[in-house]
Amino acid sequence: MKTTGLITRRRAIVTGLASVGGLFLTRFPKDLPPTYGNLLRMGDTFTYAAHRALLPGQSLVREYSPKDITSFPATGTTNPGVSEKSALGDAYRRLQIGAFADWRLSVEGRVATPRTFSLAELKQLPSRTQITRHTCEEGWTAIGQWTGVPLGLVLGAAGILPAARFVVFYSYDDWVDSIDLLDALHPQTILAYGMNGRDLPLPHGAPVRLRVERQMGYKSMKYLQRIVVTDEFDDGGQRGNIQNGWAWYTGI
Amino acid sequence: MAEVPGEPGRARGVQHHARWVRVSHWIATVSLLTLAFTGLVILMAHPRLYWGDAGNDLTPALFELPISRNYQHGGWDKPMPLLQDATGPISASRTYDIFNQNGWARSLHFLAAWWLVLPGAAYLLAGMFGGHFRSHVWPRARELAPHLVWRDVVNHLRLRIPPASGGPQYGLLQKCAYSLVVFVAAPLMVVTGLAMSPALTAAFPLLSRLFGGYQSARTIHFFAFVTLLLFVAVHVAMVVRSGFRRQIRAMTVGE
Repeated sequence: MKTTGLITRRRAIVTGLASVGGLFLTRFPKDLPPTYGNLLRMGDTFTYAAHRALLPGQSLVREYSPKDITSFPATGTTNPGVSEKSALGDAYRRLQIGAFADWRLSVEGRVATPRTFSLAELKQLPSRTQITRHTCEEGWTAIGQWTGVPLGLVLGAAGILPAARFVVFYSYDDWVDSIDLLDALHPQTILAYGMNGRDLPLPHGAPVRLRVERQMGYKSMKYLQRIVVTDEFDDGGQRGNIQNGWAWYTGI
Repeated sequence: MAEVPGEPGRARGVQHHARWVRVSHWIATVSLLTLAFTGLVILMAHPRLYWGDAGNDLTPALFELPISRNYQHGGWDKPMPLLQDATGPISASRTYDIFNQNGWARSLHFLAAWWLVLPGAAYLLAGMFGGHFRSHVWPRARELAPHLVWRDVVNHLRLRIPPASGGPQYGLLQKCAYSLVVFVAAPLMVVTGLAMSPALTAAFPLLSRLFGGYQSARTIHFFAFVTLLLFVAVHVAMVVRSGFRRQIRAMTVGE
């Protein structure tokens, strides 16, 4: 039976799916986090790849009005100066006594000019204020107003290099986490130094915390100390999410 | 009886479950059980349900489920006002560790969800275009006459359950229950689940607005789960009642 040239329903469906798939493949992320042969990590990575391939690039999360601001629990570390029995905790306590005048955020790695930013220098950069929903993986949510400098501006000021793929954050509560460049350059990804019109309170990450609005709350690291731009994925070792059993990408 | 669709060569008169239906059934079974278990573990980290977009330990809940030690939450530092207005929103620091196994539970939940969503989509397409839904699952209009519905309800209440047919020759209430699960409850689980994703609701804000916010979606997600759980309980009871061995053979080897 000669079927050449016939457009069967099956052939139309297969061709259609293949071309749609081809479109998505071009958006498929080139740098995937390692799975360590672990089924759960494979699922996380699949979700990450699907989100990056299928979702529009830089859509904004909903922003609320001031009357929507709610009460806001502070969980996890609420004072590194007390909870961290290490040089890091001592350093934080000294900074806190000096009202964070000596705090410096170091930006290094794959940048043209590695440098540090004081709190005053960050505040001199153009700021962004956004009222957004904090979504905790535990299941609770809270709405707060955040003021800070877009991370993209800070990275731009240090001159981000073409080899850059991820941005890694180190904190005073001895934690390491990272985000990809798409999230790092998202307009609502900010280094927040203000909350609800005041300085960022100590339990919420003073002096500066990260806001990554399209992921779960735990990606918005508190008590920032250092930012490293990398060309390779860094899981943060024993101080990072993955080795503690938590997904790296949490857009879901 | 008509020719068995999609299964030529099969004996006429006795219609069996098609292979793709059997495979879909067991994939959905494993996926739903995994989702139910991990979903409960996730819920135990914060067993409070709310309505709207925001809700947490410092705001009132619709209700609380007594399923973990976080139920008797306490151990909060002295609350501090968040705004200039002293009667407005507050902040307080949590001072004790809660039950939280969400690291693996969330990852396994989403892994199982992929196994519900992708095969589920294939199942819906095959059922829609292959005629399975039309001929077996969706109740016909004339079947829904009040006296027929009443008769089937009475039969079920009196536990007059016909023996298993070994194929997709379903009773009226059976069709209604399957339709409710396939076309309403399961899709609702998926969509309310997606409505809790910050990345997806950023891309598709309607997803969140549809349910009145994140916490509403979470609450509906929970009640859709309870509905599915009730269905599974009745489903298993009916399988046992109508001939367990016969039914299991029919849904596995297809005889």
